[in-house]
Amino acid sequence: MNNILWGVNGLMPSSLVLAQMNLDFARIAESIPFILTGINVTLQFTLISAVLGFIWGTILSLFKISSFKPLYWFGMAYTSIFRGTPLLVTLSLIYFATPQLTGYNISGFEAGVITFTLNSGAYISEVIRAGILAVDRGQAEAAMSLGVRYKPLMLDIILPQAIKNILPALVNESIALLKDSTLVSTIGAQDLLRRAQIVGAQKYVYFEPLLLVAVIYYVMVMILTVASVILENQLRRSS
Amino acid sequence: MVKAETDKAVAIQVDRLYKSFGSLKVLREITTEIRRGEVVAIIGPSGCGKSTFLRCLNLLEMPTSGKVYIDGEEITAPNVDVMKIRQNVGMVFQHFHLFPHMTVLKNVMYAPLTVKKMPKAQASQKALDLLKRVGLEEKADVFPSRLSGGQKQRVAIARALAMEPDVMLFDEPTSALDPEMVKEVLDVMKQVSESGMTMAIVTHEMGFAREVADRIFFLDGGKIAEDAPPDEFFSSPKSDRAQQFLEKVL
Repeated sequence: MNNILWGVNGLMPSSLVLAQMNLDFARIAESIPFILTGINVTLQFTLISAVLGFIWGTILSLFKISSFKPLYWFGMAYTSIFRGTPLLVTLSLIYFATPQLTGYNISGFEAGVITFTLNSGAYISEVIRAGILAVDRGQAEAAMSLGVRYKPLMLDIILPQAIKNILPALVNESIALLKDSTLVSTIGAQDLLRRAQIVGAQKYVYFEPLLLVAVIYYVMVMILTVASVILENQLRRSS
Repeated sequence: MVKAETDKAVAIQVDRLYKSFGSLKVLREITTEIRRGEVVAIIGPSGCGKSTFLRCLNLLEMPTSGKVYIDGEEITAPNVDVMKIRQNVGMVFQHFHLFPHMTVLKNVMYAPLTVKKMPKAQASQKALDLLKRVGLEEKADVFPSRLSGGQKQRVAIARALAMEPDVMLFDEPTSALDPEMVKEVLDVMKQVSESGMTMAIVTHEMGFAREVADRIFFLDGGKIAEDAPPDEFFSSPKSDRAQQFLEKVL
């Protein structure tokens, strides 16, 4: 019996395989706009977290190269904690602890932005720190010899050179952020993945909506990747 | 009254300057004066503390002890605004250290614009004038990576001059250059010295030191072993160490 079945399967033409998978997007056609709206949510979420995370990461990186020891230790301990705890745990903690601690009824979106900012800040600070240390010490000395103070020295001289060197790493970080953003679906934010799951639950079909969002995520990541390659080439040309 | 006049004539005063890195004593008691408009060439065997001495004059190295005065103001005093002092002391480095992400013009106008808050049009005009002075006005809009070493160093000199310092420090300005580019940089430095600038130059260019400098400091073992006019130093050095050194380099 088994042998016969295997034999039949092995010879089956591909159209038949599809038919057997019952892949039929018509069944979720009316829900596709609902799912696509999730792109906005996911992108907004990623963008806000990436920008805030970048700013916070830059500040943390300055802490970590500071000669003022308390700032240095804070930066190091902070990074260690956020790197050493699973993102899903921090996310749940912030989502469920905030109302209990402050009485503020935090939304899934807000909890997500806060968590991802704090978390990506820790990772980005390491990247930026390495980037700053890789800039020739002579650059800072040249600027200091001209009387340039710390803030313009960092903003105009050191960080532009550091960020150029670490641009690929920063893009990788945003890609990771985009993919990790799916975690907010666990606390009720209606992102792309959450919407696919909702449609699945309504229609009793999971394969089509999930396949759809998988493709959308892949396309978004590819756009980021290509954009970063173009940006890198342009930066290289400018020097 | 007399004292005030002498003070005005002194650009740099160094009083019992010591500098150690950990247990390594690099400078041991340097006391000297450099007068306004004077050009001093600092020479000596490698590792004798030439660069460290120079870098103590704008506090890129913090002296371990001792005092440094620029224009009569003690820069080694606690709570002194180091950045304010550095505006007045230009420095040119062995490896140029131009800002690679800025055009030549932006390199030169950046400090007047940012530090002195000079209006943009004025800073740009000043930068162009300085680039003209070092013979590089046509390179104003290119990035430093497109320049030869000699050109880079001339831009670096223009960049330092843009802050209108009273004192210029040169840390082996021609040591990283191909031989055929040394002259163009020395010519610019000579021109700067003729404008009456007070200059301290760490150099291995003995011909240049002899021609342009008013005084030679021969540093050995972290001390100024000899301090003499160039003719005297090069024709009849007093110490054995200086004689040995000159035999090797001349």
